[in-house]
Amino acid sequence: MIEIRNLTKSFGSNLVWEDVAFDIEDGETVAIIGRSGCGKSVLVKHLNALMYPDSGEVVIDGKNVFDLEYVELRKMRQRFGVLFQGSALFDSLNTFENIAFPLRYFSELDEAQIKQKVEEALEMVNLAGTGDRSPAELSGGMRRRVALARATILQPDFLIYDEPTSGLDPQTSDEINQLIISMAENLNITSIVVTHDIHSVLKIADRVAYLEEQKLYWHGTVEELRKSDNKKLIDFITASEYQIRS
Amino acid sequence: MEALEKLGKYSLLLYRSLRSLYEVNTYKKNLVSELLKIGYESVPIVLLTGVFTGAVMTIQTAYQLDIAFIPISVIGAITSESLLIELAAVITSLVLAGKVGARIATELGTMRVSEQIDALESMGFNSVSYLVLPRVLAGLIMFPLLYIFASVSGIIGGVVAGYLSGALPPAEFMSGAREFFFPWDVTFGILKAFVFGYVITSVSCFKGYYATGGAEGVGQSTTQATVLSCIYVLLADFVLAAVFL
Ligand SMILES: Nc1ncnc2c1ncn2[C@@H]1O[C@H](COP(=O)(O)OP(=O)(O)OP(=O)(O)O)[C@@H](O)[C@H]1O
Ligand SMILES: [Mg+2]
Repeated sequence: MIEIRNLTKSFGSNLVWEDVAFDIEDGETVAIIGRSGCGKSVLVKHLNALMYPDSGEVVIDGKNVFDLEYVELRKMRQRFGVLFQGSALFDSLNTFENIAFPLRYFSELDEAQIKQKVEEALEMVNLAGTGDRSPAELSGGMRRRVALARATILQPDFLIYDEPTSGLDPQTSDEINQLIISMAENLNITSIVVTHDIHSVLKIADRVAYLEEQKLYWHGTVEELRKSDNKKLIDFITASEYQIRS
Repeated sequence: MEALEKLGKYSLLLYRSLRSLYEVNTYKKNLVSELLKIGYESVPIVLLTGVFTGAVMTIQTAYQLDIAFIPISVIGAITSESLLIELAAVITSLVLAGKVGARIATELGTMRVSEQIDALESMGFNSVSYLVLPRVLAGLIMFPLLYIFASVSGIIGGVVAGYLSGALPPAEFMSGAREFFFPWDVTFGILKAFVFGYVITSVSCFKGYYATGGAEGVGQSTTQATVLSCIYVLLADFVLAAVFL
């Protein structure tokens, strides 16, 4: 379980959000929504202490991640897989080596086993046979899928997806949503999904957190989201619906 | 205030790299490739710089010392000593501040703004030990070697220029160089190269590692890395001269 407690973050004099608090239960999928620049990426970067807050805690299994020594923090971070907004593939390595990277440093597997695992992972994301291409030779959607394969290769307990479907065509988006769902179900991964895409939210999420006005403006289950009469929330959702139809 | 904060961040980065010195497995591969990039790939430009510096020194010294009662071998002495004690280290470093410093700052800056450094950290990887440490180590190891290359090629350049311009025959040059050769000059030159290698790689790593703001930000970091490297090399040169001479 991840407990986010009274988190406040600002950059200089620019407050991103304050007093954000909610829990993420094991095995569930939480969507974080909100308009561009509201601090979704910044929020998820606090979960594994890639950023530190002005105040507040993120407690995982009873320990505040911001208090951990670097050695412990690194162990804790290994429980996370992260799909970054821009994929963040290492451009000095080809596709195969990108996915193999965590295995080489954090597993005891030998070369043959690594090869097998990476090929399985490439197959899972429908990219079999592209192992020797460099990230620059892949399309945005392909990069996203390679990054997904890399993020899940060590079978993390928590998976953070930062806008996994933005900028992709509807079919590819759907494929990625399916991957997220199957990952959560088959591997029992706790997923945190940052997204603009309300269709993805309805499809994949158990619960939703909505950032607005520099705070956690609303949070609840998807059912509650459907029934909500909160004006701002409805505006946000209908704006995305409108975007999709137009 | 801001300067103090930066100094703090810089020191912390270096402290973190030092502390991860034992994680040899994390950085050994990158260390090898950095040794090649900083060392091997810089040899041509270093030799070229050395040869021309030595040649120009010889011709100018000959011109300035064009007085009857000074033996011409003094030209060889002055050229070689200036090379060993100052020019081979400083001029090479200023050239490499552009070549090595810019490359390091761009590489790390790009990795920073495209979240590759975050990706490393999020895997539980020590990004400092993986990226910063091997570059600084390679600088410490390679700059002294490059200094020796620059010195030797500078002296060869001096000999050839002296011969071609008719200022002095090679034998005179070498006898002057030998007569005024002090081992301390070389020790001092190596020490300088060591310090400059450290300054250039650490400043460029710092600028790249903490780059912000997309492609433009990387460009700014790269510019700052090369400019600051040059300034700090000159400053360090002055401090070393004041302390040791
Ligand atoms: N490293 C940083 N330094 C300074 N300000 C930052 C930094 N990272 C983010 N910010 C600021 O924090 C705010 C939130 O940024 P963030 O990237 O979290 O937005 P977001 O909700 O993910 O937006 P998007 O949907 O466009 O990705 C923005 O105002 C941004 O300018
Ligand atoms: Mg974002």
